[in-house]
Amino acid sequence: MKNICFYFEIHQPLRLKRYRFFEIGQDHYYYDDFQAEERIRAMAEQSYLPANRIIAEMIRSSNGKFKCAFSISGVALEQLEQYAPEVIDSFRELSQTGSVEFLAEPYAHSLASLYNTDEFVRQLNLHADKIESLFGKRPTALRNSELIYSNEIGEVISKLGYKTILIEQVKDVLGWKSPNYIYCHPSISKLKLLVRNNKLSDDIAFRFSNRTWSEFPLTSEKFIGKIAETPETESIFNVWMGYEALGFYQHPESGIFEFLKAMPYHAIEQGIGFVLPSEAPKKSETVDSLSYTHPTSWAESKDISVWNGNDLQHEALSKLYAVSERVHLCNDKPLQHDWLLLQTTDNFRYMSHYDSFGTNYVSPYEAFTNYMNVLADFLDRVDAQYPTNIENEELNELLKTINNQEKEIEKLESEIKKMKPRKEKK
Amino acid sequence: MKALMFGWEFPPHILGGLGTASYGLTKGMSQQPDMEITFVIPKPHGDEDQSFLKIIGACNVPVTWKENSWEHVNNRIGRFMHPDEYFWLRNGIKYDFTRIFTNDLGCIGFSGRYPDNLIEEISNYEAVASVLAHQLDFDVIHSHDWLTYPAGVFAKRISGKPLVIHVHATDFDRSRGKVNPTVYNIEKTGMDMADHIMTVSNLTRKIVIEKYHQDPAKVTTVHNAVEPLEDVDSFVKTPRKDKIVTFLGRITMQKGPEYFVEAAYRVIQRTKNVRFVMAGSGDKMDEMIELAAKRGIADRFHFPGFLRGRAVHEMLAQSDVYIMPSVSEPFGISPLEAMQVGTPSIISYQSGCAEILNHVIKTDYWDIDAMADAIYSIVTNPAMYKSLHELGLEEVNNIKWYDAGMKVRSIYNMVTGMH
Repeated sequence: MKNICFYFEIHQPLRLKRYRFFEIGQDHYYYDDFQAEERIRAMAEQSYLPANRIIAEMIRSSNGKFKCAFSISGVALEQLEQYAPEVIDSFRELSQTGSVEFLAEPYAHSLASLYNTDEFVRQLNLHADKIESLFGKRPTALRNSELIYSNEIGEVISKLGYKTILIEQVKDVLGWKSPNYIYCHPSISKLKLLVRNNKLSDDIAFRFSNRTWSEFPLTSEKFIGKIAETPETESIFNVWMGYEALGFYQHPESGIFEFLKAMPYHAIEQGIGFVLPSEAPKKSETVDSLSYTHPTSWAESKDISVWNGNDLQHEALSKLYAVSERVHLCNDKPLQHDWLLLQTTDNFRYMSHYDSFGTNYVSPYEAFTNYMNVLADFLDRVDAQYPTNIENEELNELLKTINNQEKEIEKLESEIKKMKPRKEKK
Repeated sequence: MKALMFGWEFPPHILGGLGTASYGLTKGMSQQPDMEITFVIPKPHGDEDQSFLKIIGACNVPVTWKENSWEHVNNRIGRFMHPDEYFWLRNGIKYDFTRIFTNDLGCIGFSGRYPDNLIEEISNYEAVASVLAHQLDFDVIHSHDWLTYPAGVFAKRISGKPLVIHVHATDFDRSRGKVNPTVYNIEKTGMDMADHIMTVSNLTRKIVIEKYHQDPAKVTTVHNAVEPLEDVDSFVKTPRKDKIVTFLGRITMQKGPEYFVEAAYRVIQRTKNVRFVMAGSGDKMDEMIELAAKRGIADRFHFPGFLRGRAVHEMLAQSDVYIMPSVSEPFGISPLEAMQVGTPSIISYQSGCAEILNHVIKTDYWDIDAMADAIYSIVTNPAMYKSLHELGLEEVNNIKWYDAGMKVRSIYNMVTGMH
């Protein structure tokens, strides 16, 4: 049986405010709240809320046969909680239908998977905790920021217990292979790989309302027809996109919501079902392994060069991740929160010379200058906690001694407590 | 395609950017195989590069009929022009210009500079244009900047050939809005009479349309380019402790020098290893020296004076940042020259060259904070310097006069109906 696997991504960076170098050391708040609120409200009203309503209706009208997954970055969740809490409620309602799954992803929508494995793991746990506390279920399938994936990342997440990861269809790796099967990691066969179907996904996300496109207009019937036409053995069709495609990039007037609404009917008519990413490997067989030797992503270039392809990006990323151990050591809450927000991939994408999608800067140089000013202040704060002239290892030792002392005192105190009653008895 | 061009300057004897642009453009156009250019300037020095075009000196063209022997003419102007050509041009005298003072050859003396009697010199240039328009064979007339518009217009009236004018600057740029009515009149008449107008930037195009009331369809932007620097490898940056931030140009209100001083003051507040250089001279220089002293940064703010020739490129190459905070700049070639020697540039949005450059930092001329931020970023972040250095070089090396010449050619084709 053929199944469609829908997944929608929700992420919005907390954009940095204009931060001049003379503010370094003076101002420790880095974000443009006004812009963040305006943007998240616009997304909620034009896309998230109406799209959630449609999806709830689709689930109801198909008796729970329609299923889809969401991945919401921790950074976006925080903004939703603050500026559009009704969106969280709406997702909670969806999660109660049982037809919706929330995926795991690094909390800060960061590149930690490429730069610091400890940080990557920490962020996955942080995100899983958040998802569990909000929606009551811990995620089992994972999608990395920007669908970044390589064999190494696969190994890391497999150790954490994730069994499914969502990855991009990359021609260099797949070659003639179709994305419409379940694959697995070359050495860890229990880690299943789901591959995005670029054509079907982008038909909706980018081309839906394009009148010059040869397949315009796209109807549900046509869309399902394309899936029905594929060879019998092709079992899973991964249609993944940013949630903003529904209602924001593809306006409601284009008929995008009606297109969705009609989907379950046509699918069921053709004997096509819907599946959640975590269930997909149980529904169909794994056909082969795929080896991603280099990190890939869902950016247009399919690699990671839009985030770390030029000198500016290298500089910013290396300066940032150089302090990750130190930030882990300290327990200053605001500092740790800033650490997460500064890692968001968008900060680096704005520095790209050829694909700075969504940027609010006039040039990559301005993006870099602003980011580095903020980072300079942040690094000063880290330095104030743990001066850089002390080596990491030395620092570790010192901290261990302090922590051990506390434990020692606790132990001794509890012994005293135990001894006291004995004395009284005597 | 034969073009008759009227200019005012031509290298190596130049006073401003007009000569450099004229040279670059004609050289770029000469790469078109069927392009013949006759370039008229008021006063040639005889050492101009004539390998790709023909130069006629207006001061050697007779406007009143004088009888002279072949030998005499040869002795007098043989260095610049063949005597036969002189006699042939003499046949083109159809009007009575005896009111103008002429020499023994019937020629007018031109200074070729920007003298006090500039308006008179402009109208004398017109007289020369009439002789040339009668005698020479050409398809299109091309006038560079307002000084030559009357000549171009007169040549058009006589020959009936189409006139294109090239706006390198307008009086609105030079005077910050307080235009000289005489100059404005000359500019406006030239534009009204032209079949097509070329501007060096969209900024200038906008002024031409809005302030001179021209039909937008008649005005096309042809951005300037830059000649490749032949001895580019001979300019090196000596490693030094202090970073150098340079302003280079006339120290006048138009160039926005005070914004540079204020930005420098902000940068020095935070970082000590940086020096600022304001090279050039102008009526605002004393004021700037005072301002730097008042801000207490005079120990790190230097005024080396007017630089020329090789010293300009040397200064640029030694700098870590080049800054041009111009209040109004029709094009502005100097950031491109800085990029040629690998120096990152900060320019104002109010400069025409900002329209074609990506690997530079752009700010508003009044935005001192943004300027200071950009300077700070380049001098403290090696990655920033490296990116601007490498990508800037690559970018500027792809801005070629040949392409600008092709654009001019398509305008020639349009106005002449020739293809």
